[in-house]
Amino acid sequence: MEKTKPQESQSGTGLMNWIDARFPATETIEYHASKYYAPKNVNFWYYFGWLSMIVLIMQLLSGLWLTMNYVPSGAGAFASVEYIMRDVEYGWLIRYLHSTGASFFFIVVYAHMYRALAYGSYRGPRELLWLIGMAIFIALMAEGFLGYLLPWGNMSYWGAQVIVSLFGAIPVIGPDLMEWIRGDFLMSETTLNRFFALHVIALPLVLVMLVFVHIVALHHVGSNNPDGIEIKKNKDENGVPLDGIAFHPYITIHDIHATVVFLFIFCAVVFFAPEMGGYFLEKPNFEMADPLKTPDHIAPVWYYTPFYAMLRAATYPFLGLPAKFWGFVVMVGAIVIPAVLPWLDRSPVKSIRYKGRLSKAMLTMFVISFFILGYLGTQAPSKAGTIAAQICTAIYFAYFVLMPWYTRVEQTKPEPERVTG
Amino acid sequence: MKKLLLVLLLVCQGPAWAASASTWPMESFKGDLQNMPSLQNGFKLYANYCLGCHSLQFQRYERTADDLAIPHDIALKNLVFTGQKIGGLITNAMPRAASKDWFGASPPDLTMVTRVRSPEWVYNYLNTFYVDEDRPLGVNNKVFANVGMPNVLLELQGVQREVCAEGHCDHLAVDNGTGTMTTEEFKSATYDLTNFLYYVSEPSRLDRQRIGIYVLLFLIILGCFTYLLNREYWKDVGGH
Repeated sequence: MEKTKPQESQSGTGLMNWIDARFPATETIEYHASKYYAPKNVNFWYYFGWLSMIVLIMQLLSGLWLTMNYVPSGAGAFASVEYIMRDVEYGWLIRYLHSTGASFFFIVVYAHMYRALAYGSYRGPRELLWLIGMAIFIALMAEGFLGYLLPWGNMSYWGAQVIVSLFGAIPVIGPDLMEWIRGDFLMSETTLNRFFALHVIALPLVLVMLVFVHIVALHHVGSNNPDGIEIKKNKDENGVPLDGIAFHPYITIHDIHATVVFLFIFCAVVFFAPEMGGYFLEKPNFEMADPLKTPDHIAPVWYYTPFYAMLRAATYPFLGLPAKFWGFVVMVGAIVIPAVLPWLDRSPVKSIRYKGRLSKAMLTMFVISFFILGYLGTQAPSKAGTIAAQICTAIYFAYFVLMPWYTRVEQTKPEPERVTG
Repeated sequence: MKKLLLVLLLVCQGPAWAASASTWPMESFKGDLQNMPSLQNGFKLYANYCLGCHSLQFQRYERTADDLAIPHDIALKNLVFTGQKIGGLITNAMPRAASKDWFGASPPDLTMVTRVRSPEWVYNYLNTFYVDEDRPLGVNNKVFANVGMPNVLLELQGVQREVCAEGHCDHLAVDNGTGTMTTEEFKSATYDLTNFLYYVSEPSRLDRQRIGIYVLLFLIILGCFTYLLNREYWKDVGGH
């Protein structure tokens, strides 16, 4: 630092030396890749972090190109999407990449989060890593919600209307808050414009920064693994974890292959089933937004439906506040409650492999109820559906609320000293 | 794995809006975007019977003519009745506000009707108009009850009525000699019309599928190499 002339080292190529003297290129590459040691027993579930990043990049690029022809106005938005689909060269491909990418983003992120639940990746020393991840998840949900309004289809319009109206259930400030969010007395071009601004500038920036911080935190504490033990406890004489393996080339080569397999599935959807039977692109959204024509059944896109079902599961007014308000509370609660997981889990072991029967049963029931809620959220409300949703909501919350109890009382298996592969 | 199966089972039922409100037994429809005579005939029928009221405002004449192998001069002479240029969007002069007074609802744009409903729905809709003196226009429809649209294809199809037996009116029959087409000819015409609308709803569908094959083949080949590369590298890592 005190040297006035950049110090050039003797090893490496001339260009790399020149750069390294002025920018920590080699140092960064070594710290994050070639000398970053990941556990060698990472399995299938460990692909989804990488894949989330691939999808993020894909969304940023396809979104950038969509913006070149999209018109964020009440009169122009819907037509501009069809213009992209018909008149822009390969516009249909860019659009389908983006719309399919949105769904796949949530598939990989949900799988990534499930991995963390199963192997206890949220436990110390990774609490902050988990919290940053939660922030990414919430930002991603907001990003998806804002983006869904942009095609200005009828489901875009009414879906956003339903979600924004939830804020109206908040006592005292609700109605004003709702108006402030929309910028109008009802969903309008003003709302579309601000959602567009937030979707293409604010939230992508937030997402990219959070992902960066997520990776910085990860590489500081090191990756967890399916055994939930710390590979840093057993190091060789050079300080390299005995069960660790250089991220580059070993993990990257794994991830490259995983990317190709992922792209195969992704492209199969993009090219052969972009609507995915009405789940990825909902039928009413092929009709332009019409404030006077409510779709027969308003449902958010599939990735929000578990939370939407929980919202609808609240059917009783309580403490003088309407059921809608409590539904909103339940929904927000369901989204943020995983954030406190690091402080709820009292088990002596991290991974589900060594946890007891109660933990295994709770995780299984949690996953099943999440899927059932997801399904119920796509359906029109019914009596039986509401009861099922209430039961599943109870299980969903029980997984978290009862965790301090069931992780403490159950019999766990001893963790191995070294990873088991 | 069990969870996965459960989800698949649930997913198979489809979202709520996919369910049709009508109980009419739908006749199946399978589009054929490579059948140029069908698509061309569909375009001709659309221009002559539908376009007056229903625009295809997101689709251009030129793209349609090119995709359907119709020379521009023939398209301009026979299909463009609005004096537009070949590059123009397929619009009409239907006034939105006034048409709402005339029909109760403005005739919707049909560019994506087969994606909003389904090609099947459109095909069955076109075939199930029947005489119903209680309706203002004298006709009703089996898949779109109390529809506000007249049966514009009546001169082709003829007068179709409900055939009722034991209180169930689940059959339709055409009065002999009232239409210029036979039942088969009419079905074939409505097939062409629906096929054309199926094309218009997503004109790049064939391109998408054609390119998709190459993309997937490329990924399979690339996948073989990445697999082998991965195996080669991991040979170094003993015990895994």
